[in-house]
Amino acid sequence: MATGHAPIVEMKNIEKHFGSVIALNGVTVEVYPGECHCLLGDNGAGKSTFIKTMSGVHKPTRGEIFFEGKPMQFDDPRDAIAAGIATVYQDLAMIPLMSVSRNFFMGNEPLRRIGPIKLFDHEHANRVTMDEMKKMGINLRGPDQAVGTLSGGERQTVAIARAVHFGAKVLILDEPTSALGVRQTANVLATVDKVRKKGIAVVFITHNVRHAMAVGDRFTVLNRGTTLGTAQRGQITPEELQDMMAGGQELVALEGSLGGTV
Amino acid sequence: MSDTATGDERVKEMSGFRKALIRPELGGIVGTVAVFTFFLLFAADSGMFNAQGIMNWSTVSAQFMIIAVGACMLMIAGEFDLSVGSMIGFAGMSIAIFSVTLGWPVWIAILTTFALCISIGALNGYIVIKTGLPSFIVTLAALFILRGFTIFFPQTIERRTIIGGIDDAAEGDWLAPFFGGEIGQPIFVWLADLGLIDVFERGNRAGEPVIDGIPMLIVWAIALVIFGHIVLTRTRFGNWIFAAGGDAQAARYVGVPVNRVKILMFMFTAFCATVFATCQVMEFGSAGADRGVLKEFEAIIAVVIGGALLTGGYGSVVGAALGALIFGVVQQGLFFAGVESSLFRVFLGVILLFAVILNTYIRRIITGER
Repeated sequence: MATGHAPIVEMKNIEKHFGSVIALNGVTVEVYPGECHCLLGDNGAGKSTFIKTMSGVHKPTRGEIFFEGKPMQFDDPRDAIAAGIATVYQDLAMIPLMSVSRNFFMGNEPLRRIGPIKLFDHEHANRVTMDEMKKMGINLRGPDQAVGTLSGGERQTVAIARAVHFGAKVLILDEPTSALGVRQTANVLATVDKVRKKGIAVVFITHNVRHAMAVGDRFTVLNRGTTLGTAQRGQITPEELQDMMAGGQELVALEGSLGGTV
Repeated sequence: MSDTATGDERVKEMSGFRKALIRPELGGIVGTVAVFTFFLLFAADSGMFNAQGIMNWSTVSAQFMIIAVGACMLMIAGEFDLSVGSMIGFAGMSIAIFSVTLGWPVWIAILTTFALCISIGALNGYIVIKTGLPSFIVTLAALFILRGFTIFFPQTIERRTIIGGIDDAAEGDWLAPFFGGEIGQPIFVWLADLGLIDVFERGNRAGEPVIDGIPMLIVWAIALVIFGHIVLTRTRFGNWIFAAGGDAQAARYVGVPVNRVKILMFMFTAFCATVFATCQVMEFGSAGADRGVLKEFEAIIAVVIGGALLTGGYGSVVGAALGALIFGVVQQGLFFAGVESSLFRVFLGVILLFAVILNTYIRRIITGER
């Protein structure tokens, strides 16, 4: 486990209030380089709010964020991206009408100088895109293929490859597998594994315990805006995780009546 | 995101035809060929394709093109501007009031008008961004507000709604010829000497070629099309325009300054409308409160015929230019062919419908929706 070195991101006692609603009530999570940190929780547990705080979309009401040991204030997502925290959102990863290569370089367009004019270097963009896609195991017809023709899993993979290519140190994945089929899920999980081995910290948000167990090194469960604790891989069973997420008793009773299929 | 399995062996190679189909310009190219074929067959001997005829429909097409370029880039960025027509009237009137009524030098009047109109464009964009309202509503309000002022000011100041005498005021001005002048006169004299174009046979201009030169209106149209096309397809900013219209939120998450892009496109649309207005005012020598009525819709139709999606994120400036060309050729061609001109509107409606249906179909191919 990656506990030998310092955490790359530390979120300490994060609180986030929306008016009278307390979405997060003191959440503390540490993320280490090269680990896959799974953030589990049921709908409404505060997972999304928490990662949006980490990625600069929300400012915490209270609490501190340390990035590489230094206190950080993210005013907007671009600050977080500049620092090396990239987020891949479930539906908002890519723009379907644009080509894979235009998507890949969106916001980071390579430029070629012709006299005083700077032009989009399509040649470079296309070459890099094809290379990166090949590495991730996606066969494109061409770099000008529209993202809309890719499957959901492929889109997630392209988005992850993009974040890694542009130097992300922390990769936040917001329910990357929740809308995917079995095979596509396996592809995305394999991608997560590749990324982690490069020494990048992955924060993997899911409410699917099996997906979490497949790639996670550590597991933090959120429930009603608070942490129910962080467990190492091997210290906890899928059943225990499931119970913690559901808040205990009810699901045990329900599971009994459903014959252990939930 | 449903399980639309693509990639690998289950995907059929795309046929060349389908590949061509997903180019946004396709509709425009097909339409242009169809329209020219039609008029070559039915109006070839009407004078539509001699030098004067060509200059006639080129000028009309160029008018459409100038506003279509702005509307196209704004639509790709995901917004509309319904105030283009009113902006044309407003800009023309502004030049007239500054130069004729207030007696300012014409170049100051033109530059002030550009600054004023581009600021109004920026304000439109700012309101759309800050309120999150559809640009349709915000610019509809601007349509009425600007048109109202365009009638109110000349009425109040001059007691009329048409202000003339701009041609006299523009005499000797250095900036006015950039909008009202013509270029390439020697070429046409040369062509006439070679006998390739006709010369006037009678009157006080006998011996001069029937065409003086290329109006600056056409030069502006071509320059704006080239500029727009390069910005859109070959620059970083062009990628941001596509991204802002394709999915503003996704674009924001990767750091694209969506708000800035959209506001700049509103400003560019206003710029194009002002170019149109200035050329028109310099040509006619007058400004009228009713100038530019319905132009916003004509611009949008040209853009849609050119393959842009009304929902943003997809389109082409070249396509929009072809859409404008189709417009100009048909409008003038019906006149040459001796067809009742009211049928032009029927044609517009029909071709708009076809274009939108074709575009929807194309979008399904691109995004793989079923």
